Amino acid sequence: MFTSNDPMTLNLIEIRKDFPILDRELRPGVRLTYLDTTATAQKPLAVINAMDDFYRRSNANIHRGVHTLAEEATTLYENARERIAKFINAESARQVIYTRNTTESINLVAYTWARANLKPGDLVILTEMEHHSNLVPWHMLQAERGIELDFIPVTQDGLLDLVTYGMLLERNPKLVSFTHMSNVLGTINPAAEMIRLAHEAGAIVLVDGAQSVPHLKVDMQALDADFYAFSAHKMCGPTGIGVLYGKTALLESMPPFLGGGDMIKEVKLRSFRANTLPHKFEAGTPAIAEAVGFGVAVDYLTNLGMDNIAAHEHEITEYALERLEEIPGVKLFGPSADKKGGVASFTLEGVHPHDVAQILDRDGIAVRAGHHCAQPLHEKFGIPATSRASFYLYNTKEEVDLLVNGIYTVKKMFG
Amino acid sequence: MDDLYREVIIEHYKNPSYRGKLDPHDISFADNNPLCGDHIQIDLRVSPDGVVTDARFDGHGCAISQASADLLIESIIGKPLEEVKKLNKESVLELLGIELGPVRLKCALLSLKVLKAGVYGLQEASDSLVE
Ligand SMILES: Cc1ncc(COP(=O)(O)O)c(C=O)c1O
Repeated sequence: MFTSNDPMTLNLIEIRKDFPILDRELRPGVRLTYLDTTATAQKPLAVINAMDDFYRRSNANIHRGVHTLAEEATTLYENARERIAKFINAESARQVIYTRNTTESINLVAYTWARANLKPGDLVILTEMEHHSNLVPWHMLQAERGIELDFIPVTQDGLLDLVTYGMLLERNPKLVSFTHMSNVLGTINPAAEMIRLAHEAGAIVLVDGAQSVPHLKVDMQALDADFYAFSAHKMCGPTGIGVLYGKTALLESMPPFLGGGDMIKEVKLRSFRANTLPHKFEAGTPAIAEAVGFGVAVDYLTNLGMDNIAAHEHEITEYALERLEEIPGVKLFGPSADKKGGVASFTLEGVHPHDVAQILDRDGIAVRAGHHCAQPLHEKFGIPATSRASFYLYNTKEEVDLLVNGIYTVKKMFG
Repeated sequence: MDDLYREVIIEHYKNPSYRGKLDPHDISFADNNPLCGDHIQIDLRVSPDGVVTDARFDGHGCAISQASADLLIESIIGKPLEEVKKLNKESVLELLGIELGPVRLKCALLSLKVLKAGVYGLQEASDSLVE
């Protein structure tokens, strides 16, 4: 496999060979240009093969058998956890809890830690740029518990208003929960600084890392977040598996989430004792093949080097923003390239984003149109929807050019 | 698929003949397509013997939703309400002259849903579109 320590030298020719789907012809003569990684990333052969191999050779349930396959499956499942823990620099793999996805990780915190610790009137601070998955669980808790919600505003250039954040922190919040990177604006929030300030104010911090872990080097020990959530499918791994990272003492103090097999140490007819970490939060047969694939996805990213990936994405994003900005009628949302990840959300004057996306699709260009599960953020900017192109380690400048040409086609049709 | 943006659709989207509001009106109703934020309001004037004498639509959304609204309004002016009630999915697709996948079908049918809601009252309208 191609490796390099020199940023901006990802070997795109080699990398693209790792992703068979990128070669797909959607219609005769129309090859896929995949610019929708923010929704879900494509999977390299290594991941696809590892999962295939698991089902062909090693499939068995885990933690509940002494036969060879049961041992093998358990080892593969737990080894993947070790590698994921190392990837995010957690102190211990016990802090890495497998969930279904980011959404479930956030809900796990809302259902266990929050329901055990928040009382009516307690303040939870969120931001105006949250994905619905970091809004709705708190709306539900508000309805049930009478907690109070307040929001760090988003400025016109797509950054969090940190002055207001400071003022909100003076109101003694119990929890601060925010996204490390916006899936609409691309904004990379100053997570370490925000976490430090929240801790000084005595709050627990949950970070939505769905968009950051795939694209940036994240270091749990340096960041010092209490909880951190992410999904495998946005980082070259399979769907159906994600992670909740948590500080050991907090995780140990929390009640379990779902009840059932695997999460118990002992069950009596009328009672149970919960298992130790991380199994306490993993009830029932988990996504075993997916965990195996997740581990290989993390190896794949590690081999390429997260710094190289981030540098490549930055280069593509800078180029994309520059080219898009030149198109009359295109309005971009979010900060400049140096403050954001590989996301370009835009509107085109006089054309609805759905029409933009559908016409681009004729040329095989996959972008997303809609509110991207961030309706309040779109309301803030006074628009019902945007078109969003997003870039990852396998995207090229040529694909940006195809996008730009496609937008000119749209303009011509509606001109 | 290539038909989706037939010139007639783009033309009705860009230069609708029946965009606006009617004041006074006999019937007015509005609804959204929450998926894409499309919004349509339809106002009708109806004669005592139950004929649509004038109609307008207002709102915003994609070309498919706005063009189908314009075409739909055009098709009902001068028609008895009884006939308007009989309009269905096929009538709208015929007006548009295209085939649509499940996602865009919602865009195309929003105006019919609003129209029927106005003519029938809420409940029956959404029922009548469920097939
Ligand atoms: C910022 C952010 N948070 C949360 C999520 C939810 O991730 P999942 O659907 O994998 O739970 C997403 C995915 O779109 C996201 O972009």
